[in-house]
Amino acid sequence: MTNSELQTLISSWNSELEFSEAESQFLNITVKPEYLHQLTSQLKSTKETSFDFLFCLTGMDWGADLGVVYHLESTIHKHQIVVKVNTSDRENPTFDSVCDIWYTAEFHEMEVFDFFGIKFNNHPNLKRLFMPKDWVGFPLRKDYVDEVNMVIK
Amino acid sequence: MTTTTENNAFKSQEYFINMGPQHPATHGVLRLLLTIDGEIIKNIDPDLGYIHRSIEKMCERDSYQQIVHLTDRMDYLSAHINNEAVCLAVENALGLEVPERVKVIRTIIAELTRLASHQLWWGVMGMDVGALTTYFYGFRDREMINDIFEETCGARLTMNYNIPGGLMFDLHPNFVQRVKDFIAHFKTKLPEYDTLLTGNVIFQKRTQGVGILTKEDAISFGTTGPVARASGFSCDVRKHHPYSAYDRVQFNEALFTVGDTFTRYQVRIQEMWESMAIIEQLIDNIPDGEFKTPTNAVIKLPKGEFYQRVETARGELGVFIVSDGKKNPYRLKFRSPGFSNLSALKKMAVGSKLGDLVAIMATLDIVVPDIDR
Repeated sequence: MTNSELQTLISSWNSELEFSEAESQFLNITVKPEYLHQLTSQLKSTKETSFDFLFCLTGMDWGADLGVVYHLESTIHKHQIVVKVNTSDRENPTFDSVCDIWYTAEFHEMEVFDFFGIKFNNHPNLKRLFMPKDWVGFPLRKDYVDEVNMVIK
Repeated sequence: MTTTTENNAFKSQEYFINMGPQHPATHGVLRLLLTIDGEIIKNIDPDLGYIHRSIEKMCERDSYQQIVHLTDRMDYLSAHINNEAVCLAVENALGLEVPERVKVIRTIIAELTRLASHQLWWGVMGMDVGALTTYFYGFRDREMINDIFEETCGARLTMNYNIPGGLMFDLHPNFVQRVKDFIAHFKTKLPEYDTLLTGNVIFQKRTQGVGILTKEDAISFGTTGPVARASGFSCDVRKHHPYSAYDRVQFNEALFTVGDTFTRYQVRIQEMWESMAIIEQLIDNIPDGEFKTPTNAVIKLPKGEFYQRVETARGELGVFIVSDGKKNPYRLKFRSPGFSNLSALKKMAVGSKLGDLVAIMATLDIVVPDIDR
């Protein structure tokens, strides 16, 4: 499916989605956190979209907001799409886990939790994956400061 | 321990052992927490980060030229291909067209890198399952490629031959002849690999039917590279999203269906033949011309998001750059193939014997710095 066909189909599921193709080679959908799990599972299970391959899951600190970016591809139709979800809650950012939809998300969500402190509901084993268990803070956040280990220019 | 009741010693009992971080079969510092019942694996919980250097955070500080030099410290066996990934991402974001000569040279060296990586993998694969001779065969042939690299750019492993816009230097005059000599040599040696290991009954018994991954699981776990293609998941970036000179060469994607340890082994053996075929098509036709397109001393990417995929020896490496228009990226994410492939280890190994885990991990071809980043 082309990007415009995808947009027509997906926007018919929910009217609150934001679509954008600016400054990116993919079609970007921004979704509200409460609708994330429903949208992603629909993207995988619907025959016309069949996004069965989550090829990248990225944690993001946009400055004010924290978010997650999902890069999806369909191995059947070969089309790609990007789903973004953001929250302004920096104290206790929480999204629904997608690891029941794509198994690989279990590892990637652990990584995002480790570096950004974003929690995922219904994740079976959310723990620090790379950093030591007693590490304080979340290193990839923009407001993270470590005077010992960071070289700041 | 109580021994009062008669059969207590034979009671099924789960216990827990550490594999790694300093275990020869993990090929680096990877720690697996295994739950075992007798010899059967019940659960695997990886503990990573022993070689984590926070490369993504360092990238936010560095210029794009500097970032290239960090990437070959991730998957050091695919160093050139990692460099290429960042360079392609930057060039595409700038809309920079590199000379044809650069595209062809990059492709030849990328395939040599893949060959060297698979040779090393084949050597340690045999060693992991108890056949030490393979190690010396693999390293003997890999030495020739490392010598070519050394003559080309001065480094044998972490090459740094790519820069945004092209290559750091032009080719050495001996390059073409030495690559041809290597191909002629290795064409006689690769059948020996089959004679020594592939047809070996003990090896086949240790690998066939072990660690099966279905196609659906391979896709869902995000596996790529030889691991995915052994399960029938056609995911070769060189075929599906061609870059550099892959659009003008003929080669077959090594695709199998069984998805066990032995087919993952077969995929890599076939890929070595395909890599040689690609090099042979290009080596006599390296176009003349410049070896780089000049860029500004300070590279600033336009505002936006850029994604570049390449096929390393381990699978798909993704570079996701978020730029806010400054000289360093706002955020840079490496989607490393080893990390996603490792997520499927639990699926493959739970239920099999502890000894099989070593064989399964050998065909995952783990490079820990690539996983930890």
